[in-house]
This record gives sequence, structure tokens and C-alpha cells, in this order.
Amino acid sequence: MIVSVASGKGGTGKTTVAASLTTVWDGPLVAVDLDVEEPNLHLFLRPTVEGREAAHLEIPVLDQSRCTYCGTCSDLCQFKAISVMGKLVLIFPEMCHGCGGCLAICPEKALSPGQRELGEISWGRAGGAQFLMGRLRVGEAMSPPFMRLVKAKLDEMLAASPGDAILDAPPGVSCPAVNAVIDSDVIILVTEPTPFGFHDFQLAWEAFAPLGKPMGTVVNRAGLGSKDLYGFCRDKGLPILAEIPFDRAIAEAYARGRVIADVSPQLRETFVSLRGVIRDLAGRSRPGEVAHA
Amino acid sequence: MREIVIISGKGGTGKTSITGVFAHLAKNKVICDLDVDAPDLHLLLHPSKERVEEFHSGYEARIDKDSCTQCGVCAPMCRFGAIREDEDGFSVDPLRCEGCKVCVAFCPAEAVRFTQKHCGQWYVSSTRFGPLVHAQLFPGGENSGRLVMVLKQQAQEIAKAKGLDLVLCDGAPGIGCPVISSLSGTHLAVAVTEPTPSGMHDLERVAELCNHFQIGFSVIINKCDLNPDEAARIEAYCLAHSYPVLASLPHDPVFTRAMVKGLVVTELPETELSRELVRTWTRVEEMARRVP
Repeated sequence: MIVSVASGKGGTGKTTVAASLTTVWDGPLVAVDLDVEEPNLHLFLRPTVEGREAAHLEIPVLDQSRCTYCGTCSDLCQFKAISVMGKLVLIFPEMCHGCGGCLAICPEKALSPGQRELGEISWGRAGGAQFLMGRLRVGEAMSPPFMRLVKAKLDEMLAASPGDAILDAPPGVSCPAVNAVIDSDVIILVTEPTPFGFHDFQLAWEAFAPLGKPMGTVVNRAGLGSKDLYGFCRDKGLPILAEIPFDRAIAEAYARGRVIADVSPQLRETFVSLRGVIRDLAGRSRPGEVAHA
Repeated sequence: MREIVIISGKGGTGKTSITGVFAHLAKNKVICDLDVDAPDLHLLLHPSKERVEEFHSGYEARIDKDSCTQCGVCAPMCRFGAIREDEDGFSVDPLRCEGCKVCVAFCPAEAVRFTQKHCGQWYVSSTRFGPLVHAQLFPGGENSGRLVMVLKQQAQEIAKAKGLDLVLCDGAPGIGCPVISSLSGTHLAVAVTEPTPSGMHDLERVAELCNHFQIGFSVIINKCDLNPDEAARIEAYCLAHSYPVLASLPHDPVFTRAMVKGLVVTELPETELSRELVRTWTRVEEMARRVP
């Protein structure tokens, strides 16, 4: 089972929930940080890193001697990564999406595969769980192709030692966030009942509902703001899976890098019960959607 | 004309609440919400839209079932895993399609249509604090640095036309495409952080990004009393790198109370916090004047 922890608004407690779930999980697990722009899960799980590797995107490299300047490649490229001006070919590696179109279409085979570094993937162990994270290179704009590579590594890890995975997704409701959750079996939306939290939560629901995955809500900082969120969840049939109270002591524990599930027996119980509810939710298949084993 | 962008790296540090306060305090400015993915500033500013424009960006492939000969050339060529085969034949998953046109170019039957995507809307609005340029991408769509560029350009044109000398922008969280676009051509980035492990970690990443693009960088530490030791570490880090710390603000639920009322904190009865916010804005303005 792959569980994605997502949110529309940033800072609602995604990482807090992912870290706490990891510490109370009761079977083989890979905890994955897919918030590759600002990965934070390791700050709370403090894994021992066992390996790391640079992740690359395939980009074109020109063999000037074969090029006839026909412009077929630049006509195809939708991302303005190649331009041909007279007898000058310019390749802009940072614009390339790695679609491989130019390499396949060049009639002279003048383009060969090269690499652009997207970031670094690292893995290891955190307590009883395996750990995996991606860290986007600063200055690199494209997170989705990098996230695909982190997920390929996850598939490898799950193939070698089968189990569940908890994905800490990036905030937002667009391409990177959807890319993160698209292959999961269940989506947990973490929100707070403030006007900003509720507004972005509605956007998140709109973005993720078309995926047809079982989805539920964790309300963080419950007691703040208003009750509008609860009415919306009722109307959309989104179950409230857990509530974490608004409590300065929790905020302070988080600020000290503690996993919230370890702060008090009550909080631990909240996450143990959340674990059970998530399993139930994933087992409940939606019409036309078969839940994974 | 000066442009200031409020960013954060980590979400939820108070970036938008503080931008709202600055929008209240700044004179002669255009306000711009560059968080086109999950914008929230309008919840404080209640804009009345005066101009609505569609935003189109990129293309999307779609297989015409009648022309498709089921040859299967397209599927292995798609690097994004967007082409599916089921009992109805081949189709493109729009959520995975990158719009690269490879399937269109290589389909021997010319069965793949390629249409421009309508990705969202952008608006020019009036608010009680002045003109606001903002947008909403359709949820689940492409997050576009291009839309961020459109908004910035609009804001600058409005500023020029109205003789205003400041563009004040609310940025997006993270360090990727929309953030990079937000920072392009900006005079000053103000990062709102919090004294938590994530806040510190993400601050270092946005600082590095601003250095990479050679943009003036300064810091506001919000919720500074949540962990005074970490706040001190952030201050030391800023000092070591010569990043001015423009304010250290307490963790105060008044930000949420103002948000619930649809107001900014400096519109509520005066407190020590609101006086400090006024002083903070003066410092931001001063910084923005000083950077080259």
C-alpha cells in the first residue's frame, strides 16, 4: 500500500503527519520524502544514510560534424531547448524536459544523449523503516522529472523488500503535487481549519478527486479558525481521519525537531488509530477502482 | 521602480499574512500574488475583478480513436508514461502528458491531435489597498513560471501607467520553477522563516537560490518564541552570511484572528505586534531602496 500525505497549503503539518505515521507503523515500510524542493522529513526521522546518487535527466548533445542545420529538432522541441540559426545550433540544457524527441527525430543522428543533474537521491534507515529522499539541486526548476526518478528508486526498494510506503508530497495542487500522489493507493490531505487552510484544501480536493483514489482528511491545529472545513468534508464524503489539537506545546515540540507521536501517549494513540483508519480506507475500493493488495 | 518579493521556502511560516500587512502599509504600489498554485492573498484583500484573462500554456496530446490504427508506436516513445492501452485502444492520460509532441511527430497515421491547454485565469483587480494582479491555475494543472512572468509584467505595466513606484509580490513556497520566475528581475527578496528545523533548512535553500540569481536577500523570523535557541541559530546564520534580519516576530494567534475576519493585523486595534510590523515595513522599504 502506498500512502501519500499531501496538502494544498504549505506548513499545515504534512511532514509532522508523515513522520509520526512512520514511527507508529507496524510492518515493513519505506518513508519517502517527495517534497524535493524543500525536503524536511529527514530532520525529524534522522535517518542513517546508506547510499546516495546523483539523478540525471537525459538531454541532447550535438555532434557538429554530422549536423546539416535542417532544423527538424528545433521545430519539434516544445520547450525552446534547441534553436538553429543559420549554421549555429544552440542547446539550452536547463529548458530541456528530457522527452527524447530531438534524439529520435534527427535524420543525421547528430544528437546523442547527455545529462543534466536534477538533484541527489539518498536512502538509508530510520528506526524500523527504510528511508528515501530526493533533494532538488538549487537552481534547478523542474521537480516532476526528478520525482519520477525518486519513485523509480522506491519501486526498486519495494521490489527488493516488499512493504508499504508513506510519501511526504510537496505542497500545492499543481503538476508537482499531482505527480507525487498519482501512483498511490490512498491520499491523506492534511489541513488546518483557518481561512487559508480551508481555501487551499478545496483546491486540493478539486485537484486530487479526479484521480479516483480513496481520500481522507487529517485536521491539524483543530480548534483554530472556523468550522467551514467540516461542512465541506461532509458534503464531499471525505472522512475526517484524525484531529490534532491546536496546542502551543505541540508547536514547540515540532520546533525542537520532535516527532509529534512521541510527545504524549494521547498523540501516539491518535496516530496508531490513524494507521488503522488508513488501512481501512485503502481497502475500501471505489467504483471502478481496485485497491491494491 | 522597485520590486519586492516575499518568499519563504517552507510553507506556513506566515508569508501571506505578512505580505497583507505590507500591502496595507506600503504607499504607491501595485500588489501581486505570485503564488498562482495556491493563492491566498485575495482572502485578505477581497479584490473586485476589473479584468479577467484566460491563461493558455503548453499543449496536450489526444489520440483520435477513429484515425488510430493501434500500431503502438507512440506508447514506448513517451518518456512520461502518459500513453495507456486498454480494451478501447490507446489513449493519453492528460495528467501525465508533458506536451512534448513526440507522439504527434512519430504517429504514422497522424492520429494524435495537439491542442493548446487552457491552464487558468489571471485578473487585475481593485482592493482597499490598491491594484492587485493575481491568478488561479486550474487545480491539477501545470504549475507555470510563465504565468508568474505574465503577472509580474502586468504589475509593472500598471505601476508605470499609474506612476506607482513599487511592486509588492507574495511569492510561492519552494525553490522550483514558479519561485525562480518570481525572483527574476527582483530587487529584494524577503524570506519569512520560523525557528523550526524545517524553517532553518528551507531558509538556507532559498538563500542559496537568491545568491545563485544575485538577488538582495533579507529575513524575517516569525514565531520567534517557539524555539528561542533555533531563532538564535537563524540569527547567527544570517549574521555570518550578511543577510539582514529585519524583524523577529512572536507566535501570535492574532494573525489567525485577523485572517478569519478577512483583515490584516495592522487594521485591528493597535498592539505592540502591530507597531513592530510598522517598523518592520520601514526597514524593508529602506533595504529595497539600498539594494542596487
